Amino acid sequence: MAFVVGYYALLVIASCAAAYFNQRKLFLMLFSLTLVSFVLGIVGGVPALRAVTIFAGLLAFAGAVSYAFREFLIAMSGEELAKELRTAPLTAAFGMFVIFTYAIAGIFAPWIAPYGEAEIISTAFAPADENMLLGADQLGRDMFSRIIYGARNTVGLALTATVSAFVIGATAGLLAATKGGWFDQFMGRVADVIMSIPSLIFALLMLSIFGPEIHVIIIAVAIIYAPRVFRLTRAVAGNVVVMDYIEAARLRGEGTGYLIRREILPNSTAPLVAEFGLEFCFVFLLIAGLSFLGLGIQPPTADWGSMVRENATLISFGDITPLIPAAAIALLTVAVNFVVDWMLFRSSGLKEQ
Amino acid sequence: MGDILSLIAKRLGLGLITLLVISIIIFFMVELLPGDIAQAVLGQGATEENLAALREQMGLNKPAVVRYLEWLAGAVRLDFGSSVVTGEPVTQAIGDRFINTLFLAAYAAVIAVPFAITLGVLVALLRNTVFDRVANVTTLTAISSPEFFLGYILILFFSVRWGMFPAISSLSPGMSFGELLERTFLPALTLVLVVTAHMMRMTRAAIINLLASPYIEMARLKGTPPWRVIVKHALPNAWAPIINVVALNLAYLITGVVLVEVVFVYPGIGQALVDAVSKRDFPIVQACCLIFAATFILLNLAADVGSILTNPRLRHPK
Amino acid sequence: MNTPKKEVLLKIRGLEIQGYSDETWVDIIKGVDLTLHRGEVLGLIGESGAGKSTIGAAAMGYARDGTRISAGSIEFDGMELTTASESERRALRGSRIAYVAQSAAASFNPAHKIIDQHTEAPVHYRIQKRMEAQEDAMELYERLRLPNPGEIGFRYPHQVSGGQLQRAMTAMAMSCRPDLIIFDEPTTALDVTTQIEVLAAIRDIVDQFNTAAIYITHDLAVVAQMADTIKVLLRGNEVEEAPTEEMLENPQEDYTKSLWAVRSFQRPQKSRPTDGSKPVISVKNVDAAYTGGAKVLDDVSFDIYEGMTVAVVGESGSGKSTTARVITGLLPPMKGEVLHRGEPLPPKYTDRTKDQLRQAQMIYQMADTALNPKVRISEIIGRPAQFYSGLKGAALKNRVDELLDLIELDPSKFYNRFPPELSGGQKQRIGIARALAAEPEFIICDEVTSALDQLVAEGILKLLDRLQNELNLAYMFITHDLATVRSIADEVVVMQHGRVVEHGPKDEMFKPPHHPYTDLLLSSVPEMDPNWLTTLLEERGVDNVGEAAKVG
Repeated sequence: MAFVVGYYALLVIASCAAAYFNQRKLFLMLFSLTLVSFVLGIVGGVPALRAVTIFAGLLAFAGAVSYAFREFLIAMSGEELAKELRTAPLTAAFGMFVIFTYAIAGIFAPWIAPYGEAEIISTAFAPADENMLLGADQLGRDMFSRIIYGARNTVGLALTATVSAFVIGATAGLLAATKGGWFDQFMGRVADVIMSIPSLIFALLMLSIFGPEIHVIIIAVAIIYAPRVFRLTRAVAGNVVVMDYIEAARLRGEGTGYLIRREILPNSTAPLVAEFGLEFCFVFLLIAGLSFLGLGIQPPTADWGSMVRENATLISFGDITPLIPAAAIALLTVAVNFVVDWMLFRSSGLKEQ
Repeated sequence: MGDILSLIAKRLGLGLITLLVISIIIFFMVELLPGDIAQAVLGQGATEENLAALREQMGLNKPAVVRYLEWLAGAVRLDFGSSVVTGEPVTQAIGDRFINTLFLAAYAAVIAVPFAITLGVLVALLRNTVFDRVANVTTLTAISSPEFFLGYILILFFSVRWGMFPAISSLSPGMSFGELLERTFLPALTLVLVVTAHMMRMTRAAIINLLASPYIEMARLKGTPPWRVIVKHALPNAWAPIINVVALNLAYLITGVVLVEVVFVYPGIGQALVDAVSKRDFPIVQACCLIFAATFILLNLAADVGSILTNPRLRHPK
Repeated sequence: MNTPKKEVLLKIRGLEIQGYSDETWVDIIKGVDLTLHRGEVLGLIGESGAGKSTIGAAAMGYARDGTRISAGSIEFDGMELTTASESERRALRGSRIAYVAQSAAASFNPAHKIIDQHTEAPVHYRIQKRMEAQEDAMELYERLRLPNPGEIGFRYPHQVSGGQLQRAMTAMAMSCRPDLIIFDEPTTALDVTTQIEVLAAIRDIVDQFNTAAIYITHDLAVVAQMADTIKVLLRGNEVEEAPTEEMLENPQEDYTKSLWAVRSFQRPQKSRPTDGSKPVISVKNVDAAYTGGAKVLDDVSFDIYEGMTVAVVGESGSGKSTTARVITGLLPPMKGEVLHRGEPLPPKYTDRTKDQLRQAQMIYQMADTALNPKVRISEIIGRPAQFYSGLKGAALKNRVDELLDLIELDPSKFYNRFPPELSGGQKQRIGIARALAAEPEFIICDEVTSALDQLVAEGILKLLDRLQNELNLAYMFITHDLATVRSIADEVVVMQHGRVVEHGPKDEMFKPPHHPYTDLLLSSVPEMDPNWLTTLLEERGVDNVGEAAKVG
């Protein structure tokens, strides 16, 4: 009861404060939340209100962390970069913070994780205790350690695969845009054909033939995603190639290498970096899907996708442990998407000027 | 009108050629196997007689090109040979499952498409408001979540905690339609969530893109009310991008369906494909791949034709 | 010429408008006053960035995306627009204040028939029923002398030519018989011969219905034909305002005087060398077509001699730029050849030697797309010197400094900068320096001044003239602007539909008798005389305006 009273009191006071300081948007948000809470409280009772409180608290906490992290980055970076960073919305700052955390976890996994990824330390599905933050998995390995190692294995694999797809696709795209003619046509056709096979299906086909090995996954992903990178690079570079300064360089007698390096690339970096982020998300989700189907990184190596599958039975007992690796996948993808969203907005905003 | 017909004919031809090329890829990729199919199916311990028998049964002694042509001729008649694991004809093994998958995809599409387009238009109209920001963050989150994550969350709440819908979508013959809809509600909802987010964002982008055109400013300067600007001036020009968005997402449904079927143990073609992949049952893998690719191409084709038909410049040539 | 002052229709006082850029609000309009009476036409002129178009939109109570009205009052027929609600303001648009945009092709919705867009406003405001509105539209089309007035409205915008669309848009603006029309550069995107018909149509309609109008343009001669009063703007401030004739004869402010004086630059005409030397470039019987397309050049021949300027004039689609592409080797001709000092040049630029490439340089129309925004000025200018002459280190730096001096830009200030930090005129100068860095004999100038404001353009023309004298350069000057031709050309080539229709020294070209097309082209260029349009229309006769006047 005290909780309910406190809940409404806090909301009403906060709304009044917002109204008093003329924060129209904040006031509207708070007050409509109060009104919604009435309905929720009647329908769902105290648990619903508690859920709202937790959710709002989490949101506020994430906002505060993002804000602090953005200020930290601004303070750490040079003037040019700081100016850019100031335009970042909180969502983008949140994304950067998450990416930063994952990078730390991945790089320093052996030092952070209390146990090895394949070490069996307890019984199957043992509940959490002071040794094991999140309990044990289906073989009695420490769940928390495996999640930390997963950051290294899963993200590392996705990153390697994305880089290979990107290198192939971007090189082909730049060459096609610069050279034009039959080469351009031919590459376009090849990309069309590969892209008309659904990506997951194509990956499954290749894995069924060559077996679920790491290098097969990387090659498969490179083949599947290179055409997408190719298309975008071709389009971006295509917009640059029609510029008069390219014509001037061609008429000067410059070679393809100079054109790409000095004239086209500097004008295509912004969209290409954003595209790299997007492709990473796709690749990451594809690889997670494959591991979930048991066709990704093979045990005993820790991998988020397969961890979800191996522990899925727990869900029917209402235990959320198997959702944690899945949430780890979603969180990183969301984070990258937030950052990409901001970068795309920046580059499109600059174009209009 | 002649222009349009020839354009459409060209697109159809191109789609057919693409499908042919893909069938070649699917067939000959299996040929790249180290050893041969019989070896791969039976494993290292197989005796020479067993291998020879299987080779004979699968017709592996004939040249690859001949086998491809036979396979293709069969595929056109919906005959994909028989499973190397069970010996059952492929068509029989996956036929009903394909129908189930189509049903699930259609179920999701019927909810998602009108819902997403309406929301997309609405968000475009309310752009840069709090509502738009919230929608942006929510849809980004939905897109970023793996299908199995969403699926398990739905199971956790709707079936384990609240017991509203079954967690496993087993189908049995003689089920009523209502029962069918209830059993498959959770997998369909999972697909709806992912696809709606995608479609909404793309619809919003397509419409906002159009709102920057001079003719939209002209309409505003003629005193046209905002809703009419969207409905009368932006939407008719947005059909082509919207059709593309829908086709792209229906195509995406097909891929997403594989994971969702596994999560909910739904008897669809995706499950069959995953099983076949782990058992290395190549005739089924090839058949599934060809079916998925053909659906994909068909959808893209439909989108292209739709874009052509709604383009006023093509519809009313000079 | 005005009857006693009528009632005030639009009164703007202390108008300030801000635009959002780089995370802050910047002033674009800094306190402008404006008074317009019923039936009066006000010409707003100024260079790009003067804020003319923003004021035009503000007169409708409309602020474009990313701008806001920050101070001042806009009173239309007794109603204050800055404090009125959005729906009140919207109710004026289309019904009492109408707008005619610069590009009719982009401003008509491609998805609807012209007449449906025409009748939208009158039907929406319940002024007319649909059928009445349609009949009225046809009547307006007839008054605007559109061909097939009964049928043209039932076409889609892309099925109608640019000049006709612009007239249809004027008709659409008239659909509710507004009190005020805003014309926002309505003829800027059109060729001169098409411009005439649109100007005539606009003037007729404004006179006939006694509509007040704000006519926005950067072209002095055009505004002289249209306006009763002219207001000159500079960077968001008013410079001066006066009745048209007074303004033309006796401008008060220095800025206005300098604008008026621009068209006076002229240099002495040179004639061909008589020592029998070969022309630097000669184009011989060239036919050309783009892949799969129809012929765009048909038997084009002309010579360009050392130290001379040959102006190639013609309207869009006449083949001027294609000729340049053939000369540079970007488009190999189907027939004919290009000679450099009597030696044939390989048709494709990839087959030409470094020295052949060096001899012919190009300066482009849009300095924005001609300079790589991500490359420093020092490299843009230095690269050709390095590439052709192998200069390195200090020698290269000296050469770049020398070139910057040559184009009158301070090397210490510009050496390390990037193109986006420069103004339009400065960018164009860098483009010239890049061409000079190759030490060429011959430069193709493709509409180099048409994207620039007049004062800046004059500076560029003077610079080009000085460089020609110092370095003995030959220029091929592609332009559609006859004023430019008058000031700098030695010889003129007139092109139409891919053919050379007339060719000769400038003084001969500007004196009759002409080829009929040259005549049409010359007479269509607006002059500063306010009665020019009236006189011309009388001379040509009403039937000779528009399609009929086109010489095949």
